[in-house]
Amino acid sequence: MPETYESRAMNPTITTSGALTADEPPGAPAYDVTVVGAGVVGTAIARELARYRLRTALLDASDDIGNGTSKANTAILHTGFDAVPGSLEARLVREGQRELRAYAAETGIPVERVGALLVAWDEEQLAALPALSAKAERNEYHAARLLDADELRAREPRLGPGALGALEIPDESIICPWTTPLAYATQAVRAGVHLHLNCRVRHIDSGDDVHTLTTTRGTLHTRHLINAAGLYADEIDRELGHDDFTVTPRRGQLIVFDKLARDLVNHILLPVPTAAGKGVLVAPTVFGNVLLGPTAEDLDDKTATGSTADAIALLREKGRRILPELLDEEVTAVYAGLRAATGQEDYRIRSRPDRRTITVGGIRSTGLTASMAIATHVTELLGESGLALGTPSELPPVTLPNLGEAFPRPYQDAGLIAADPAYGTLVCHCERVSAGEIRDALAGPVPPHSPDGLRRRTRAGNGRCQGFYCGAAVRALFEEARS
Amino acid sequence: MTRRERTVDVLIVGGGPAGLGAGAELAASGAGRVEILEREQTAGGIPRHCHHGGFGGRTIGGAGTTGPAYARGCVAAALRAGATLRTGVTVTGWAGPLTVDTTAPTGLERITARAVVLATGARERSRSARLVPGSRPPGVYTTGELQQAVHLYRQRIGSRAVVIGDEPISHAAADTLRVAGLEVVAMVTDRAPARLAVLTRGGDRAPVLGRTTVTALTGRERLTGVSVRHHDGRTATLRCDTVVFTGDWIPEHELARRAGVALDPGTRGPAHDAAHRTSGAGVFAVGNLLHGVESAGFALAEGRAVAAPVLRHLATGEWPTGRPSVAVDPPLRWIAPNLVGPDGELPLDGRFTLRTTRRLASPLLVVRQDGRELHRQRLLLPVVPDRPFRLRAGWLDRVDPYGGPVRISVC
Repeated sequence: MPETYESRAMNPTITTSGALTADEPPGAPAYDVTVVGAGVVGTAIARELARYRLRTALLDASDDIGNGTSKANTAILHTGFDAVPGSLEARLVREGQRELRAYAAETGIPVERVGALLVAWDEEQLAALPALSAKAERNEYHAARLLDADELRAREPRLGPGALGALEIPDESIICPWTTPLAYATQAVRAGVHLHLNCRVRHIDSGDDVHTLTTTRGTLHTRHLINAAGLYADEIDRELGHDDFTVTPRRGQLIVFDKLARDLVNHILLPVPTAAGKGVLVAPTVFGNVLLGPTAEDLDDKTATGSTADAIALLREKGRRILPELLDEEVTAVYAGLRAATGQEDYRIRSRPDRRTITVGGIRSTGLTASMAIATHVTELLGESGLALGTPSELPPVTLPNLGEAFPRPYQDAGLIAADPAYGTLVCHCERVSAGEIRDALAGPVPPHSPDGLRRRTRAGNGRCQGFYCGAAVRALFEEARS
Repeated sequence: MTRRERTVDVLIVGGGPAGLGAGAELAASGAGRVEILEREQTAGGIPRHCHHGGFGGRTIGGAGTTGPAYARGCVAAALRAGATLRTGVTVTGWAGPLTVDTTAPTGLERITARAVVLATGARERSRSARLVPGSRPPGVYTTGELQQAVHLYRQRIGSRAVVIGDEPISHAAADTLRVAGLEVVAMVTDRAPARLAVLTRGGDRAPVLGRTTVTALTGRERLTGVSVRHHDGRTATLRCDTVVFTGDWIPEHELARRAGVALDPGTRGPAHDAAHRTSGAGVFAVGNLLHGVESAGFALAEGRAVAAPVLRHLATGEWPTGRPSVAVDPPLRWIAPNLVGPDGELPLDGRFTLRTTRRLASPLLVVRQDGRELHRQRLLLPVVPDRPFRLRAGWLDRVDPYGGPVRISVC
């Protein structure tokens, strides 16, 4: 009987523990393609592959999708105005942002086109703006515009003293970094991709036809392998016998300010990159907070996602100059993410058709923006590497619960509450998350396996009290659903 | 489907001791329809999950009762007096100066009142709000979350805990941890350890590390330790799987700020006079929204005390403007009330409430306005951080209502 999306969608395969299903017959490849790494890039690739009649697996070492670099970034949907013209990154960011904008509108991922201002604070920075504008043109971005000091002040009245002018990029947007990979993963598993979590790849044996992956959850065979392991892409590559690059984690620490700070800023306020280095940005989030950061610290430790006192002090000092009143507001969270820097100002996407591997490395801050275009690009490379993809099918549609402040949320929806009072029962008061949304997330197609995962799907516990009021109640709902 | 529009005479936001006290007194004194909105499923506020005794000493006398019993008593008194108490109803914003939007399982409403009393309380600052660096593992609590986890939900907490703070609430947190079967390995405070601690606490208590700051939390899947630095430069990592950040209260002031009422820079709660009037006409504020934090009994008394000024406002419609502020100079931290009303009303018990940032031995407090001394008063006992002390308010009638701010300094 021919397999259809309908029949496959009945039984989405997500495993989190136990040995991986044995191959039938033993040693035969269970999968045509295996994607290692379920971040925003890996999930996007898995989603794209799900259009084809392939047996695809998506692996991640952690207990959730989007749980590494993808969860801790600046959540900006870039235009690519400042990319290196002619680079692969420039093209994929440009294409990816168009695709993701459309996809977000279709699936309910919140996006706000707030625009960005590159604010010049000294003559050197002011003098650099025309060149940045010209660079934007070379990146096929034509809407950039120079603002003088008065225009800038009118746009951002709370800016600190001394701003001399700005370059406006009207299409820079903010996006939800959590529901984006969740949407990809949801569509992928609904279309039959197998998602294996808590599944760290320890060792790879590459034979003539088959890669044998030894994981923390047993052995898996696959014909083709796509390395989207982010910070660990160099290690997976070395297992495959390649040694193209080394990932140097570049830590970015960020401070999230209270929602009461949101009215202080209208745009993403970007630093002007100069010889003196990159500054920090101030940006609204789709959740209604304000971000300050990131730092850029080159480290050795790929697990060093902690914040430091020095960085917090540095960010506060810089933030005070940009938006002085911001520093009077309460801090909701401080976090750090690691970008997968490889010492090259471009992505490192490389297909080795003879080895049946594709490395998707060096995807840095722009990975969220470019994810869909990266997926298309990688799928093309896969098609050129001897795998018959066949004809693509439509993916099953998916709708994500809205987490954005700019769009209606369940607590504001009288009709929804009348139909189901659980949407009027607020559990997380700071973020106004209802019992209904928490229930839905726990029963969702790609459910959370920790309270933190639940937070990324609903915002529960993400607010100013950080659990003072709701932490125990949210945990109780999580544990109840698991038992 | 849209919002149901309703009107009430007095709307009270928050069903903790302050809001319930206000509701009880207002309903009893014929204020008309008095409605208390509580966003939690059960009213009573923070005492609901404080299982230690000592509640109600102020009103009942003696050793008092436990928090949950006290909370139930407050609820019963408000209901007996005829107030309407609605739980599970969240005020989500303002639709007018005295009109709020609400969400509840029963639907959306838009409620207009003749007077609004804000009684939204205070919360402890989280680890993030305190800018404590390090990783973000599970196992990090505030006292409020810990008490709910243990007493309301019987959740498993961990085995070894560090408590940040050395004030009464820190010791309450330590007691809760022990009830939950944890060993409290240390209490950490950046201040000098509280004096007389040896006399007031039993001998089996955790060591208090004074003049010690938390420099980082460690651990990924689970908290593994709290790194600390003593003021003499020594560092250590205290091995634990649980840490509780206690005290460091911040008023829950979102609704007040969304109303556009002015905040006091010291308390971060609404600026208010002795009649609990904020800068917003018809908007009163009571309880720990005004000052983080006083006892439940103090909050309840403030709630009761707001009834008379609310009734007066309902009768006259008057609202003062341009009141001189009352502010403190360092090392004092804040004072409440912090506006001078036009009618010479005295604060609760005829005294202002203050906090200091550091210990002061029998300080001499001087009250001045525009360089003119209004009052001086030596306190007989030392004042310490995080403990209230009081200043007599008899000088209020000497304040020039058209003059500059009144300043309280330590001489």
